[in-house]
Amino acid sequence: MSNGAERLRRELMIRFVREFKNGTLEKNIDRIPFAIRPAQSASSRCCIYHDRAVLKYRLMTMLGFDCGDDGCEERPLSGYLEEAQSSDLRPSQPLTVSAAGCDGCPESRINVTTNCRGCFARPCVFSCPKQAISVEDHHAKVDYSKCIKCGKCLQVCPFNAIIKTKVPCEDACPVGAIRKDGTGHASIDFDKCIYCGKCFAKCPFGAVMERSELYRVMRHIRDGRKVVALVAPSAQFQFPGGIGKLFSAIAAVGFADVIEVALGAELTTENEAKEFVERLRKGEKLMTTSCCTAYVELVRKHAQELQSCVSSTPSPMRYAGMLARDKHPDALTVFIGPCIAKRFEAFQSENIDMAMSFEELGSLLAGWGVDIMSQPEWPMPRPAIATARNFAKSCGVTDAVLTELLGENSDLKLDSKFINGIDAKTALQLKLYAKGKLPGNFLEVMSCPGGCVGGPCSLVR
Amino acid sequence: MQDKIKLEICCGTTCYMLGAAELMTIEDTLPDAWKDRVDVFAIPCMDLCTREDIGRAPFVRIDGEVMGNATLETVHRALSKLLPIEPEEV
Ligand code: FES
Repeated sequence: MSNGAERLRRELMIRFVREFKNGTLEKNIDRIPFAIRPAQSASSRCCIYHDRAVLKYRLMTMLGFDCGDDGCEERPLSGYLEEAQSSDLRPSQPLTVSAAGCDGCPESRINVTTNCRGCFARPCVFSCPKQAISVEDHHAKVDYSKCIKCGKCLQVCPFNAIIKTKVPCEDACPVGAIRKDGTGHASIDFDKCIYCGKCFAKCPFGAVMERSELYRVMRHIRDGRKVVALVAPSAQFQFPGGIGKLFSAIAAVGFADVIEVALGAELTTENEAKEFVERLRKGEKLMTTSCCTAYVELVRKHAQELQSCVSSTPSPMRYAGMLARDKHPDALTVFIGPCIAKRFEAFQSENIDMAMSFEELGSLLAGWGVDIMSQPEWPMPRPAIATARNFAKSCGVTDAVLTELLGENSDLKLDSKFINGIDAKTALQLKLYAKGKLPGNFLEVMSCPGGCVGGPCSLVR
Repeated sequence: MQDKIKLEICCGTTCYMLGAAELMTIEDTLPDAWKDRVDVFAIPCMDLCTREDIGRAPFVRIDGEVMGNATLETVHRALSKLLPIEPEEV
């Protein structure tokens, strides 16, 4: 457990699932915030009333709603539950920011603390490229009309007296998509957002929330629909007992079948290798992977010049969706992974009907009372090959493509490069790749450091 | 040779989700002097998560004694009461 926000989120999700399973959700949903923060209990925020309000918004997002919805303050959760039940709509976006949860953190800026001794050497004054620092009354002062927040003064101060306050969500976003709105609260600009989930993982107030499809998944199972789970390769590192037990646990909730997305990764590898050879033979200089949705969105929204280099081979999730449709034409498909961007990709994939995170899966199993460790091994019809299962690790994709390629085309030379984690710096690096200024003819890009295993919704990082 | 301390970490799904995944790394955090004095086991759900409140998960058992709200720190503290050697800074 890395922090309290994460813990409370999971606890709430488990309770939500339990109430659903027991058939008491309709009756109790409005009381859940009160059960978690009863009168006179300790609060995590300023008071229990604030805590309860945020819990309410979080429950709204678990039902799939946007917590910035008009009139949500007066409308009880039971009203939202009724709507979720009758409409069965997919959320329009995977993320939302709760204004009640957002602390409206102070603007990022350089601050001089009382550690400043107004020293004689004044390296801060000398290192500042904008002459923004002066010393008055034995204390350094920043002229904010000049300061560009470069942080040079921080590094040179012998007393560590200068600090840079950050807005954690803005700081985490590689593309400047999350900003304060007029009220000082964070809001996401979805024309820019690449769904990498870094703001979600970094907000210390847990104010960035996922709009979940957990309720949709559960209600379809309860209503007797055939629902098939497609589990991303990184699951093998995420749950106790290995994927054999995990798959049995998933089936125990009522899923009709469980399919490894790594089987889809096998097809991605095969076809991506073919595409790469074709492109090289045509004289193209560079191809990049396309399995990471956040990267694909980064190119689409911020680096158009790279668009023609992005592989057009479908992602493992999409192939797995096709496999599942073939095998179970009458079933609804649910992709389960560590990723927020895949939720977005799932919205656009005709063969993926719903998407869920590992955190939601874990909460679903916990709330349903399914103990993974005591499950029998799942009879895998055919386990995916090791290279496909490794898709989840950075360099896994390249590894798989490389192995495939070295077979026949010994005259072609593969020069593979990786971008392991997207941030503001790597976003610039990509522009250089587009201009042909960097070496390499095969570029693997993963938004999360370490690959999917480091995803924003993974359980173990 | 003294008896080893038996540390059982509940890796039932609820405990796992609420912190046991992290507790499983405890072996790497034990001071060297304790390493061969503690046996760590991952065990299935002890059913405490349904009988007691899930607010108290994750649960561990140290030589048979149940402890709720377990974190690396609280488990270290509990072990230090049973083991004579002072742990180094963790
Ligand atoms: S999961 Fe630990 S007691 Fe049930």
